[in-house]
Amino acid sequence: MLTDKLLIGILRAGAMMAALVMLLILIFLMHESWPALSTLSIGRFMTDASWHPLEGAYNLMPMLSGTVLASAGALLLAVPLGLASALFIVFYAPLHLATLYKRLIELLSGIPSVVFGFWGLTTLVPLINQWNPPGASLLAGILVLAMMILPTVTLTAYTALAAVPDELLRNAAALGLSRWGMIKGVALPAAKTGIAAGIILAVARALGETMAVLMVAGNVVQYPETLFDPVRTLAANIALETAYAMGDHRAVLFVSGLLLLLLIMVLSGMAGLLEKQRHA
Amino acid sequence: MREITNIHTRQILRDRVVQLLVYAAVLLISMVFIWILADLVRGGIAHLSWEFLMESPRDAGRTGGIASILVSTLLILLTALLTAVPVAWTTAILLVEFVPADSPFGKTVRFSLHVLAGVPSIVFGLFGNAFFCIYLGLGFSILSGGLTLACMLLPILTSTAEAGLRAVPHAYRTSASALGLTRTAALVHLILPAAAPVLAAGLLLGIGRALAETAALLFTSGYVERMPDSLLDSGRALALHIFDLSMNVPGGDMPAYASALVLVGLLLCINTLAMKFAYGLQHRKIMT
Repeated sequence: MLTDKLLIGILRAGAMMAALVMLLILIFLMHESWPALSTLSIGRFMTDASWHPLEGAYNLMPMLSGTVLASAGALLLAVPLGLASALFIVFYAPLHLATLYKRLIELLSGIPSVVFGFWGLTTLVPLINQWNPPGASLLAGILVLAMMILPTVTLTAYTALAAVPDELLRNAAALGLSRWGMIKGVALPAAKTGIAAGIILAVARALGETMAVLMVAGNVVQYPETLFDPVRTLAANIALETAYAMGDHRAVLFVSGLLLLLLIMVLSGMAGLLEKQRHA
Repeated sequence: MREITNIHTRQILRDRVVQLLVYAAVLLISMVFIWILADLVRGGIAHLSWEFLMESPRDAGRTGGIASILVSTLLILLTALLTAVPVAWTTAILLVEFVPADSPFGKTVRFSLHVLAGVPSIVFGLFGNAFFCIYLGLGFSILSGGLTLACMLLPILTSTAEAGLRAVPHAYRTSASALGLTRTAALVHLILPAAAPVLAAGLLLGIGRALAETAALLFTSGYVERMPDSLLDSGRALALHIFDLSMNVPGGDMPAYASALVLVGLLLCINTLAMKFAYGLQHRKIMT
């Protein structure tokens, strides 16, 4: 019995440590961004003339717009393709092909972002450059991001669709619904909360993605006018400047990290609520 | 009657169109995947050789190999795993075996890990830089990078271990206690061995995640490409090497291709193995 008590003590200590990591991260982000939050007014992150941190101009909005546009574009591509992939696995493909394709998507999700970035830099960017220079652009960022969040959309939609009770599908078939009628009228509505949760997770992943976008999007701080303009995202900005940033500049970078974290926490909270709703 | 057949043919037509679109999407994705792999193989295979793996980089990585990079990567990985695995697995064991699923403590821990799982890697990098490098004074070092990665791996290691432990049939626990085994003995001799394949799968997934990571290491483990002497030395991970070669070193494309090929090859092997473990368990569950 003594060993049991000892074991539980050790286990509790481990679990406490695991739980404290998140708190520690929040505390340190707050602590590091405090100089900026206390001395600069929040409004300045929106109203400053530009992002020239060395001259004390801290407008984060162009970068935020870059992040939002790149994520939105990636979502527009990845959601239809991901849904089609999930439908293929669950409803269209013969069993062995479905397994094979699912493995392929799982392997795709394991490819590191730096490899996507490298591939984008050596293959996509020159292609886009031929079409409409300079190549390193919002479009390149969107394409690379879309590939990276596609597995998230596909695998969560697959899980949701596979969990639709067989009974519902058989009833639909018995009523003489066509395959698409069954998918659109029965399977998708039954799986919609799970699919939505997956899409939200994919958005969260897109917002936080750094390296791949950094490598292909050109990193010019500006509001893009067309798909072919280079942009810089919030995450890329942190990666580019933290190495040499000092004082207020460093604090503002931590503020943008905090902003990113809060955005993503809200999104994953929403996804969690949807999941709970699904199981209730 | 004609109207009914009309609707019917329209439905068939619509079914065909949707099917076509789905197949087109799948074909497109598969082709892009093959395109990426083929590009990496074509670009990297010529430069890849035994010497490339066994020599240290020279001239900012343009010539020479990646030996010191591989050593740094391995050290970062080992640091991360040796820290994260004990914490993650003890947490999982506590959550599954010793705490009721809806207790406040369990809920808090699970919520905290859930939030942690969503933190983007660049934010881990910021935190690691502020906490390990500066506050704890570890500087840009393999130790800082490994500890930062350990924080990142906690959620995935815990959740896979939790799933594995929950998949062990409840009868194992009741029989063990009927035989008078202590809970520790039941855990060590019965439950952990039964959950071992999933634990291994989780471990492999964690390794894959760690190898793929770049942003969290950017300002924690540093950029130095020479052979590390100790854990407090700065060391460059393989993923970071690819980034540096392609972005900062003109003429670094060939070694970057070869390094990317090595990294992707490693990850494909590790992830395939992880899937084998995970699927193997499912099969066994169906059999018994």
